[in-house]
Amino acid sequence: MGSRHFNVRTLPGFGFIALLTFFLLYLPICMLVFYAFNSGDSIVQWEGFSLRWFEVALKNDAVQEAAGRSILIAVIAATVATICATMAALATTRVKPYPGLVFKYAVINQPLMVPEIVTAVALLIVFSKIKVWTGYSGLTYLILAHTAFCIPFAYLPIRARLESMDSGLEVAAGDLYATPWKTFRLITLPLLRPGIIAGFMLAFVISLDDVVITEFVKSGGQETLPTYMLGQLRRSITPEVNAIATVFLAFSVLLVTAFFFSSRKKT
Amino acid sequence: MQSPSIAVEAKNITKVFGHGKQHFRALNDVSVSIRENEFFTLLGPSGCGKTTLLRMFAGFEHPTQGAILLHGKDIAHLPPFQRPINTVFQNYALFPHMTVAKNIAFGLEMLGKPKAEIEETVDRMLDLVQMQAMRDRVTSQISGGQQQRVALARALAPSPKVLLLDEPLSALDYKLRKEMQIELKRLQHETGITFIFVTHDQEEALTMSDRIAVMSGGRILQVGSPHDIYERPAERFVADFIGETNFLEGKVSVLEEGDRLSVTLDAGTEGKQIQVAFDPQNSPETVQAGQRITLTVRPEHAQVFPIGSTSDDPIISGKLENIVYFGTDTHYHVKLSDNSIFIVRQQNSQIRGDVLVQNEMVNIHFSMDSARTLWD
Ligand SMILES: Nc1ncnc2c1ncn2[C@@H]1O[C@H](COP(=O)(O)OP(=O)(O)OP(=O)(O)O)[C@@H](O)[C@H]1O
Ligand SMILES: [Mg+2]
Repeated sequence: MGSRHFNVRTLPGFGFIALLTFFLLYLPICMLVFYAFNSGDSIVQWEGFSLRWFEVALKNDAVQEAAGRSILIAVIAATVATICATMAALATTRVKPYPGLVFKYAVINQPLMVPEIVTAVALLIVFSKIKVWTGYSGLTYLILAHTAFCIPFAYLPIRARLESMDSGLEVAAGDLYATPWKTFRLITLPLLRPGIIAGFMLAFVISLDDVVITEFVKSGGQETLPTYMLGQLRRSITPEVNAIATVFLAFSVLLVTAFFFSSRKKT
Repeated sequence: MQSPSIAVEAKNITKVFGHGKQHFRALNDVSVSIRENEFFTLLGPSGCGKTTLLRMFAGFEHPTQGAILLHGKDIAHLPPFQRPINTVFQNYALFPHMTVAKNIAFGLEMLGKPKAEIEETVDRMLDLVQMQAMRDRVTSQISGGQQQRVALARALAPSPKVLLLDEPLSALDYKLRKEMQIELKRLQHETGITFIFVTHDQEEALTMSDRIAVMSGGRILQVGSPHDIYERPAERFVADFIGETNFLEGKVSVLEEGDRLSVTLDAGTEGKQIQVAFDPQNSPETVQAGQRITLTVRPEHAQVFPIGSTSDDPIISGKLENIVYFGTDTHYHVKLSDNSIFIVRQQNSQIRGDVLVQNEMVNIHFSMDSARTLWD
């Protein structure tokens, strides 16, 4: 069977490159996780198994505060971004094509293409002006910034789902006496749910993970987990950072797994 | 006899898609009246505008010009969900996140019917389409034929005034299609609902319909009973599209008194005139000698004999090119002097006394009344 079709697996060196890629991707992560359980103070010298650094991390008020702030920002930003993205996706797929539609796609997706550092500097300039005018320097700026860059990530899976969804189903619901609102609630929304969940997850993880924009936008004392870790690395490096990263990783894996199983249950 | 009342009517419908240079006229001044309790079929080749016309009735598409009437009332302004018309879609469009029973109940729920009534109706519908055993299945877990029946039950459940069916059988295999044809006929009979059925399968149209509208290029060419459409096609396209037929070109030689016409054919008669029946209803107002005319003769209305036989009816002759045996009948391919092929179909139950030999000259007889005259 493989002889008649192009099969990348038969190329010379395929196995080697695949293996190398896996190592490059996962070996550092494995090392990081491994040394999180180190009982010593080094992140390169193994001295024995212990959960000591997890305890240190969990008891560290700064870590707790940063983690709480990260999750708060991510939940709000991902929720708002998902709602905006759902509406944007509906408005760009459930309409007859018109001139300017492609331009709208581009505008919605452009943040993916703009280098993050550019957005970060731009936001810094705008927000610092506003901070001066209003005197307010709360979390809202970070939430707004995160919402903005999360929208295209939430938009992509939602739009993909909408496009693969047969619009004939909505027509059929209308034919069977469902008002446009009922059609949306009973047909479009339930069928769109996996896309919306995927969009939310993606937005959530992207927000949780962000360093560059957060670093530029945050006011003093508004560390998120990633910026806190970055700050730690600049000083002394102990396996505490490994422990935080490990918990972070476990949390992400859990989220993705939960999503995978919830989306497998239904179509 | 009282004339049957009209269920739906299309009045001078024109539909133009797009605008400017890219505009496309999908329907061109289409008018048709569909009667109460009728099994009405829209028949025509792909792209002739059948679906577009059906979507106008359902309200998914709005006419550029013209009106759609339901029981005499203009329904142009009504959105689909306010029209007592349901559709069986070509791809069924069943809701994948609902069970069979839920799908069937959907329309009734949207109409706000009481729960007991919904349950009772869903039950009756499941019986009607013989899907009781599958009621709690998800629609992705049933076969194509079963999906088709669920789609039918879902559209029938709210008891619409009119049921629209867009090629509902085209995705089914031959045997299942035959079964469903009979079932559809039975359902229409039992429910008394007006069916508007779209197909491009002429055999399906002939066997199922009370009346057929033959469409081509955004127009309705002829409306009539299957018998009318088959035996008395109004245009060359209709004759050609429905069943197999032979065309004989010629010109009018003499106008005779009454209902006869003398015609000189271009081929097959060596210049002799033949007489055919003349239908003033399907002819131009003035018919002159020398005017071009086409005769169409169905293969089963002609007979083939060895040369030398005579008849009062028209005779043409040619060379017997081919004899094709089909079990129930035999086809004789006769080549006329202009190299066109005239096909004669004879049932094998009629035992022939003579023997026909390939590549010999033969005579073809057909009765004067079976030749239909068509004008350009
Ligand atoms: N939304 C649209 N925009 C532009 N042209 C369209 C549109 N819908 C249909 N048409 C055109 O109108 C013509 C009639 O289409 P329609 O779908 O009614 O054909 P049909 O008779 O149902 O054909 P088929 O048997 O293939 O289903 C086609 O040429 C089609 O390309
Ligand atoms: Mg069609």
